[in-house]
Amino acid sequence: MKPRGLILHAPGTNRDNEAALALEHAGARAEIVPLTQLRAGEKHLRDFQILALPGGFAYADALGAGKLLALDLILYFADAVNEFIANEKPVIGICNGFQALVKARILPSLQSPVSSLQSQATLTFNRRGHFECRWVTLKPVSQKCVWTRGLEEMIYCPIAHGEGNFQLADENDLATLRAREQIALRYVCENGEPANGAYPFNPNGSRDDIAGVCNERGNVLGLMPHPENHIFAYQHPRHTRGERGNLGLRLFENGVKYAGGI
Amino acid sequence: MLPDRRTRVPLLLIQTIVSPPLIHCLIVSSRVPANTRALVADAHALGLENIAQIEKHDLYFLQGALSENELRRLAKELLTDVVTQKFAWRNGVEKNDAQTIEVALRPGVTDSVAQEIVRAARALGITNVEQAATGQRFTVHGNTAQPLTPNELHLLARRLLANDVIQHYALGEIQPTFPQDARASGIVETISLTELSDDELLQLSNARRAALDLNEMRAIQNYYRSIERKATDVEFEMLAQTWSEHCVHKTFKAKIEIEDWRLETRDSISSLQSPVSVIDGILKTFLRAATEKINAPFVRSAFVDNAGIIDFDDEFEISFKVETHNHPSAIEPFGGANTGVGGVIRDVLGVSAKPIAATDVLCFGPQNLDAQNLPEGVLHPRVIRSGVVAGVQDYGNKIGIPTVSGAIYYDEDYTANPLVFCGCVGIAPKNKHPRAPQKNDRVIVLGGRTGRDGLRGATFSSMTMDAQTGEVAGASVQIGDPITEKGLIEVIVRARDENLYNAITDCGAGGLSSAVGEMASETGAEIELQNVRLKYPGLAPWEIWLSEAQERMVLAVPEKNRAPLRKLCDTYNVELTDIGAFNDSGRIVVKYAGRVVLDLENNFLHNGIPQRELKAVISEQPSVISEQSSVISEQSSVNSEQPSVISEQSPVISEQSPVSSLQSPISNLQLLAFLAHPNIASKADVIRLYDHEVQGGTVVKPLTGLMNDAPSDAVVLKPLGTKGTRGIVLSCGLNPEYGKHDAYAMALSAIDEAIRNAVAVGADPERIALLDNFCWGDPKRPETLGALVEAARGCYEGAMLFQTPFISGKDSLNNEYLGADGQRHAIPPTLLISALGIIDDVNGAVTMDLKRAGNFIYRVGIFARAENFVPPLSPETPRIYRALHQAMRAGFVRACHDLSEGGLAVSAAEMCIGGRLGVRLEIGDSEELFRETNGCLLVEVAPNDRDIFENYLKEMPRAFERIGRVTENQKLEIFCANEKLISLNVDELADAFNQSPVSNL
Repeated sequence: MKPRGLILHAPGTNRDNEAALALEHAGARAEIVPLTQLRAGEKHLRDFQILALPGGFAYADALGAGKLLALDLILYFADAVNEFIANEKPVIGICNGFQALVKARILPSLQSPVSSLQSQATLTFNRRGHFECRWVTLKPVSQKCVWTRGLEEMIYCPIAHGEGNFQLADENDLATLRAREQIALRYVCENGEPANGAYPFNPNGSRDDIAGVCNERGNVLGLMPHPENHIFAYQHPRHTRGERGNLGLRLFENGVKYAGGI
Repeated sequence: MLPDRRTRVPLLLIQTIVSPPLIHCLIVSSRVPANTRALVADAHALGLENIAQIEKHDLYFLQGALSENELRRLAKELLTDVVTQKFAWRNGVEKNDAQTIEVALRPGVTDSVAQEIVRAARALGITNVEQAATGQRFTVHGNTAQPLTPNELHLLARRLLANDVIQHYALGEIQPTFPQDARASGIVETISLTELSDDELLQLSNARRAALDLNEMRAIQNYYRSIERKATDVEFEMLAQTWSEHCVHKTFKAKIEIEDWRLETRDSISSLQSPVSVIDGILKTFLRAATEKINAPFVRSAFVDNAGIIDFDDEFEISFKVETHNHPSAIEPFGGANTGVGGVIRDVLGVSAKPIAATDVLCFGPQNLDAQNLPEGVLHPRVIRSGVVAGVQDYGNKIGIPTVSGAIYYDEDYTANPLVFCGCVGIAPKNKHPRAPQKNDRVIVLGGRTGRDGLRGATFSSMTMDAQTGEVAGASVQIGDPITEKGLIEVIVRARDENLYNAITDCGAGGLSSAVGEMASETGAEIELQNVRLKYPGLAPWEIWLSEAQERMVLAVPEKNRAPLRKLCDTYNVELTDIGAFNDSGRIVVKYAGRVVLDLENNFLHNGIPQRELKAVISEQPSVISEQSSVISEQSSVNSEQPSVISEQSPVISEQSPVSSLQSPISNLQLLAFLAHPNIASKADVIRLYDHEVQGGTVVKPLTGLMNDAPSDAVVLKPLGTKGTRGIVLSCGLNPEYGKHDAYAMALSAIDEAIRNAVAVGADPERIALLDNFCWGDPKRPETLGALVEAARGCYEGAMLFQTPFISGKDSLNNEYLGADGQRHAIPPTLLISALGIIDDVNGAVTMDLKRAGNFIYRVGIFARAENFVPPLSPETPRIYRALHQAMRAGFVRACHDLSEGGLAVSAAEMCIGGRLGVRLEIGDSEELFRETNGCLLVEVAPNDRDIFENYLKEMPRAFERIGRVTENQKLEIFCANEKLISLNVDELADAFNQSPVSNL
C-alpha cells in the first residue's frame, strides 16, 4: 500500500500543491490538510506515514520566518508531532516548514529531550539582506538522514527565501552536527566542489554551507531549497540546452521508499 | 489570519480609562549589524554624504498590565531571535538622542504584525496584552565627529525613512498610536442639490473630491428634482464613485470630435477607409471593434468580465488582467504597488479563476536624478523604485504567485508620475464561472474587515496630482495583507468547484458601493451596513459603503449554501459576513441600523451618466528625423543618466556622431554603453527579488542561458495540474520613446513587440490574445486626447494585421502632476501591450541563448530603416512569424531572440551572453548595427538544418538573411565590408550587461 503523506497547510502556506505532487510522483498518496482540520480533530496525524511542512509565509512570517507556525506546533500539536517522530516516521520541512521546525526546536535537536527554551539554531536574514530566488546545487551529505542517504547525484533546484541563513548559537554545536551526521545537504558549486561560503553557490551565507539538517534519529529533515520545484525535466532552467537530471524528485522517492518500509 | 473578535473589546474599553494606559516598549537589535548599504546609498543620493552607517532596530509597543515574567517571556519567546538578536526594554523617559530617528505607523494603517502579537501572546497564555504596535528606530552614524544637524535628520526622515502618508516620526523617542474612536458613527448628511447654481454644483463636486463635471452634476441634480428630495451623502458619494473615470471609463466611451484627421497620410496598411471626424467611443470604435471583427474562436470573454478569458485546452480556460496603480504608488510606493498586485489578483478571482502568475511593468524617473531638480511634493525616483519593487515582492511572494514577466523603464518624464502596471493570469475549469445573482441570494462579503482606508480612491485616481495630494489623499492608500487574500483564493476556488455561488466580484475602487452596485445592476439589492465588520468603530455609513479596504470579495450566495460556505471559510481562516440580499426591485437600497441611507434606481445609477463630449486635435507631431535608436536619443536628453561605462572610458563619446563614421573602438564602447544602459541592462537584481518559481510551472524563466543571467524574450508556463504538454506564453511590448513622436506608430510597434517576443519562445502566432493599458495625461487637453485616439487607432490596425484580438484593457488617465511652481509634469503617452499566447508543447520552447559553435545565425524579418523616428512595421510580418513558428515547431530553431532597443548588435550580444559563446556576423551597412526595427529576430540554426529551415521562409526572400555563425572563441565580432565594427569578448559583454549602475548599489 502506498504510504500516506500529510501536507500541513497553515494560513500563508503556498508550496503545498508542489509538495503534494512531488510526494505523489515519488509513490505516496498525498493529502493537503489545513491546520484548522487537524486542530478540530477532523484529521489525525497518526493516520499518516509522512509529514511534510511546505514552503510559504505562514502568518505572513510576522515576528520572524516560521515563528508563529512554530508556536502552533508547540502549543497545539506537540504530543502528536513528538509521537510521530518517536515512531521514526519521516518528516520533511521545506523552506518555511524548515524555519518552523527550527524555531519549534524540533531541529536540529542538539539536546534531546529539549531542555531549554532558548533556540540553539536559527534561520536568519540572508547575508545579502534580501529575498532571493535562484537555482542552487545541493550535495546530499548525510547517510543517517532517511531522505538523503544513498543519494549519489547532486540535486539542482531553486531557493526562494529571505531568511535562510543557518546559524548556530554555540559554535561548538557545528562539530556535534557533523559528528552525528546531521548535516543532510550542503550548497556546492555546480561541479560539486565545496562552496566554502561563496555567493551565489551558497546563496544566503549559511554556516558551513548548510542547506539542510536532520535530527539525531535522521527521520526529520529540514531544508531551505525547493526540491519539489524540480520533479519534471522541463522545470530545469537549461532544459532548452538539453540538460537533464539532478532532479529533486530523488529526495522524495527516498523518503517515500523509507516510509513504505516502516 | 482571522483576528479574534474578542481582541477588539479592550479597544472599546480604553476610551473610558482615565489614567494613561501602560505602554511597554521593546527595542530589538541585531547582534551583527544588518546590511544597510542600500539605505546609506539612498541617503547619499539625497545629498547627505556625511552618513556612514544607519543601524535599524525594531520597536514593539505593548499596552497592558504585564508582569516582569510575562514581559521576559514575550521578549525571549516571541519577539526576539535569541541566536542573532538582543533586546532591551525602554526605561522611563529616554533623553532625546539627536542622532536617532524613530518611525511608527499612523493610526488606521494596517499593522498585521501587531495583530499577530496580540493573538500569539494570548496563545502563550499572556492575556493582558490589550494592544500592540510596531515601529522602527534608526541610529545614524556620521563619517566625521560632527553630528548631523536636526535639519539633516529631518530631511533623512522625511525623504527616506518615513513616509508621511502612512507613518509619523520623531527625532528621539516616538509615541505609538493605537486605533482610536475618532467619530461617532451613524451620521448621515443630506445634501440639497435642487436649488444649486452651476457654480455651486461644481463647488460641491470639488469639496467632496467627486471629480464630476458640470453635465454630470446637472444630471444628478435633475434626478433629485424628479424624485423631489434631498440626496444623502451616501448616495452622492456612491454616484461619484460609480461615475468616476476609474469605474466607468467615460473618456473611452466619450463622443470625440476630431480635428485634422490625417488618415490619408498614414501607412498603407491602414484599413479604415474614410476619414472620420466624430467617433462614438474609443473603446467601441477601435478596441472592441477589432475583437469583434477578428472573431477568434479561442476567445471566451472579452471586455465584459473582470478579466479577459481564452481557451487553454478542452478542460481549462486562462484569464488575464493588467491594471495600473500609478497615483497610489507615487505617494506611497510600497503600499501603492502592494495593493496594486493584490487588486489585480482579485480581478482574476472575480472570474472564478485560480491565480497562477503575476506580471509587473514599471516606469520610473532616472535613479541618479539630482535631488535639487525634484518637484516639490514628489518622492525621489530611487525611493519610488525601491518602494514599488518591495511592494510587488512582498505581495507576490507571500501570496505564492510567481512574478514571472515584466519590464522596467526609466525616463525623466516618469519622475513625478511613476507607472506601475500589475498583471495577473488565472486558470479555471471551463464553464464554472457563474455570472447572474438570483433573487433572494445573500450578499456575502469574504475576507478582510472594513476600515477608513482607501476612501474615494476611484475619484482620486481620476484627478491630476499636486504637491498637496500626498496630504489629502493619505486615506486613499493602504498596505496590503497577502495572507488574507491567500485565504480568499483557497476558499473561492473550492466554493466554485462546489457551485456555492451565483455571482462574484472583487471589492476594488469604490469598495462595496461599486462591487454590490455592479452585481445588482440587473436585479436589485438591499444592504444593512451595520452588518459589515469593521476594523475599528466610528465609521460613518458613507465611509463603510465606499471604503476600499483590501482583500474583500463579494459573492451572491443562495441561502442554502451559506452554511457550507461558512464551513469552508472557517477551515481557511477567512471571515464571512452576510450584509443583505439581492432582489428584483431594480433599485439599490442601503440601510444603517434599519434606517434607509441610500435608495437609488439602477437605471439612473448605471445609465444616467451623460456621455462626455470631447475634442481631440491630431496635430503634426514634432517628428525628429533620426536614424538613431530611441535609447541613444534618450541618453542625450538625460545626460546625467549616462551609464558609467560611457563616462569613465570615453568622456568624448557623442550620440550625435553620425553612425556611418563610427570607428570600431567607438562601436565597441557604444555597444557596451547600450548593454549597461538602465533600460537594456540586466534586471536580475529585481527579478531575483520575486519568487518566479512558486507553483512549479515556470518552464522558460525570466532569466535564461548557461549562467541563468540572459534576458528571456517571454516566459512559458505549464500550469500545475493540467494534462499534456501545452503551456502559456506571456510577453509585453512597451516603447514610450516612440510615443513621444507618433502615438499611432507606437501602438503598432508595441503590439508587434509583444507578439514578436511571444513567438520567439514558441507561442503559436494564431492563438495570441492582447491586453491594452493606456497611461495618458489629461484627456481634456485636445492634443493629449488626439494622441490617445491615434494610439487606439494603431491598436485597431495592429490587432487586425496580426489577427490578435484584444480581450481586456484598462486606461489610466490624468497622469499629470501640477508642481508648486505651476509647472505641469505629464508622462509621455504610454501604451503597454501584454500578450497571452499558447504553446502546444512546452518541451519544444526555444530560448535566446546560443547553443553550439558552428551553427548559423539568420536575421529574420523585414529589416527596413526608419523613415521617421519610429521604425515601420511591414505588412508581411504576420506571415513571417507564422513561417518561423512552423520551423520552430518542427524543431529547426536552436535559439531565437528579438531585435529591440539597441538593435542587432545588442540582440547578438545578449545571445552571446546567454550561451557564453561567440558569434561572427557580416552586415551590409554599418548603419545596421544599432538600427531599431519592428518585426525582426535573430535565429540560430544547425548547419544540417539550413536547407529545411530556409524552405520555411523561401516564399518571402526579403524576410531572411544568413548573416553569420556561432563561434567557439567567446568573441562577438561584427564586420561590414571587411571592416571590423565590433570585437568584444563575451565576458566584457556580460560584465557591461550585469553591472548596471542601478543594481550596483
